[in-house]
Amino acid sequence: MARARTIVDKIWADHVVHTEKDKPDLLYIDLHLVHEVTSPQAFEGLRMKNRRVRRPERTFATMDHNVPTIARHFISDPVSKKQMETLYDNCQEFGINLADINHPDQGIVHVIGPELGLTQPGKTIVCGDSHTSTHGAFGALAFGIGTSEVEHVLATQSIWQARPKTMNVKVNGRLAPSVTAKDLILAIIGKFGVRFGTGHILEYTGEAIRDLSMEERMTICNMSIEAGARAGLISPDETTIDYIRGRRHAPEGEAFEEAADYWRSLATDPGAEYDAVVEIDADEVEPQVTWGINPGMCLPVSGSVPSPQDAETDADREEIERALEYMGLEAGQPISSVPIQHVFIGSCTNSRLSDLERAAKVVEGRHVHEGVRALVVPGSQTVKQQAEEKGLDKIFTAAGFEWREAGCSMCLAMNDDIVPPGERCASTSNRNFEGRQGNGARTHLVAPEMAAAAAVEGHFVDVRSYFSTPAG
Amino acid sequence: MEPIRKHEGLVFPLNRSNVDTDQIIPKQFLKRIERQGFGQFLFYNWRFDDNDQPRNDFSMNKEQYQGATVLVAGENFGCGSSREHAPWALQDYGFLVIIAPSFADIFYNNCSKNGILPIKLEEDEVQQLMAKAENPGYRLTADLEEQKVYDSEGFEASFDITPYMREMLLNGWDEISVTLTLDEKIADFEASRS
Ligand code: SF4
Repeated sequence: MARARTIVDKIWADHVVHTEKDKPDLLYIDLHLVHEVTSPQAFEGLRMKNRRVRRPERTFATMDHNVPTIARHFISDPVSKKQMETLYDNCQEFGINLADINHPDQGIVHVIGPELGLTQPGKTIVCGDSHTSTHGAFGALAFGIGTSEVEHVLATQSIWQARPKTMNVKVNGRLAPSVTAKDLILAIIGKFGVRFGTGHILEYTGEAIRDLSMEERMTICNMSIEAGARAGLISPDETTIDYIRGRRHAPEGEAFEEAADYWRSLATDPGAEYDAVVEIDADEVEPQVTWGINPGMCLPVSGSVPSPQDAETDADREEIERALEYMGLEAGQPISSVPIQHVFIGSCTNSRLSDLERAAKVVEGRHVHEGVRALVVPGSQTVKQQAEEKGLDKIFTAAGFEWREAGCSMCLAMNDDIVPPGERCASTSNRNFEGRQGNGARTHLVAPEMAAAAAVEGHFVDVRSYFSTPAG
Repeated sequence: MEPIRKHEGLVFPLNRSNVDTDQIIPKQFLKRIERQGFGQFLFYNWRFDDNDQPRNDFSMNKEQYQGATVLVAGENFGCGSSREHAPWALQDYGFLVIIAPSFADIFYNNCSKNGILPIKLEEDEVQQLMAKAENPGYRLTADLEEQKVYDSEGFEASFDITPYMREMLLNGWDEISVTLTLDEKIADFEASRS
């Protein structure tokens, strides 16, 4: 009988172009996603050496990081404007498909890939962006690369990769009602730390993962990089296949059924071995809030900010001290007592239709707390349109939220959507690093419904108290 | 890219772990479309105050560390965003060797594509170097051929690096040219799948 293999074994074997002793493997890349920030120097490199893009049709570009989410055609910063124009010119010159700022498909690169059906199981997918791990939700091998590698993939449609180790992240049991995929991934990183995935590809397995929708699976895989992992993925199943069926770039008719059979065959075989395993019980996960300056510094919403004295090592103690100082928090303070001034619902972690629907359910008939500025930034123009068809924009604006155009926005504050120094933001994004949402800005990562509830209350609350139906 | 075989230089100790690429080069400086000129923005929010004046509480601004070319840092250096602007900024500022107990994967790779030597040492070795580098004028040598780091006071440590990355850095390869020699194999692979 053939050896039991993981999905990583299978995808890897299907993509090795060349192997040599003492060298990484040369892997073929099926899909290369491109955005305006990490690509200009790569195209410039091609031009300098007179090189072409090997497979323009396997390359797909959009503008997301810099784009204004309000007054779409007024780009106040000339340098941002130049960067977008440069991408436009590069795509023209090299014959690459581009969803630019005027295009109905425009959106965050990790939202539109799946939406358009470009993201499929078994593909190797790269992008000059660390959250490329998002596409792993489909059982694709997807990882972020630097600009030199972007240039390399443009020129050769391949990449040198040492084979990472594999880790099974086993999620036992099921999530309690109103506890979300975001809470689960924060709890995983909180439990095992921001380095536990280094050098590994994480495969999320277990009943709680099988229960998740594709959009929720994307939230999980998205944050694999925050655990230090090279990539994160989930074996494809019927949920995956149903999601892809009928999408624009998906195969059609008989070709789809054939593809679906191949996709099913990619799932990790029973008994396949991983280099490492970690386990977590889903039933114990509560809604999470981060208190510090990396995503591992998180707490259940019922918890209190840790004290430097609880640290096990000197380095940890210093890190907690620095985090408390930056975040303006006191050791022992209940996290729910912290007042917030901004709410951001958006980013490639949580800006899909179901995220907005769940947040809308919380704010419907309520109003944003005085002194709170709240933004909803859909992940793509398609999400925006679908949300508007369902009337979500009306619910949000009636509650005092701003309803914006698609882009990365306040996730990294490269456009005008910035949190001012010293102010606090409940954010559905993935990074609470110092200065991420603006110089001196204090970020608390949460799920969309938690962000929505924080907008209403002006501080963090257990969103489960909003849903009257008792659990069980 | 410039080859790097052996480098001797002044050491700056950055005693922090999980230094992310948002700190190494904050996003407001990612909009440039060139590769050069990022050094002035390195660690910007730590180095400069709200009025763009150097901060006294960030030790890289001290006289004794001016001209440093070897950076010693805590665990998980370079985590977060994949931005290659981070190694560009470090290199443009002058750092050619970075020593830490561990690095984030993408950052580590990005260094090697730009002729920066990333060196993983044991935690206690890194701590020793941090302490030594408190003294003005402390210098280290990194020898990639020998895979060793040493100083004039008897410190010596060896490090691991993959043979591929070692060759690439020693020779200053243009990786794309190397791959293009396999062009036919790539074409065969493409043909076999369609
Ligand atoms: S939404 Fe945030 S994390 Fe996602 S691609 Fe944009 S900037 Fe990166």
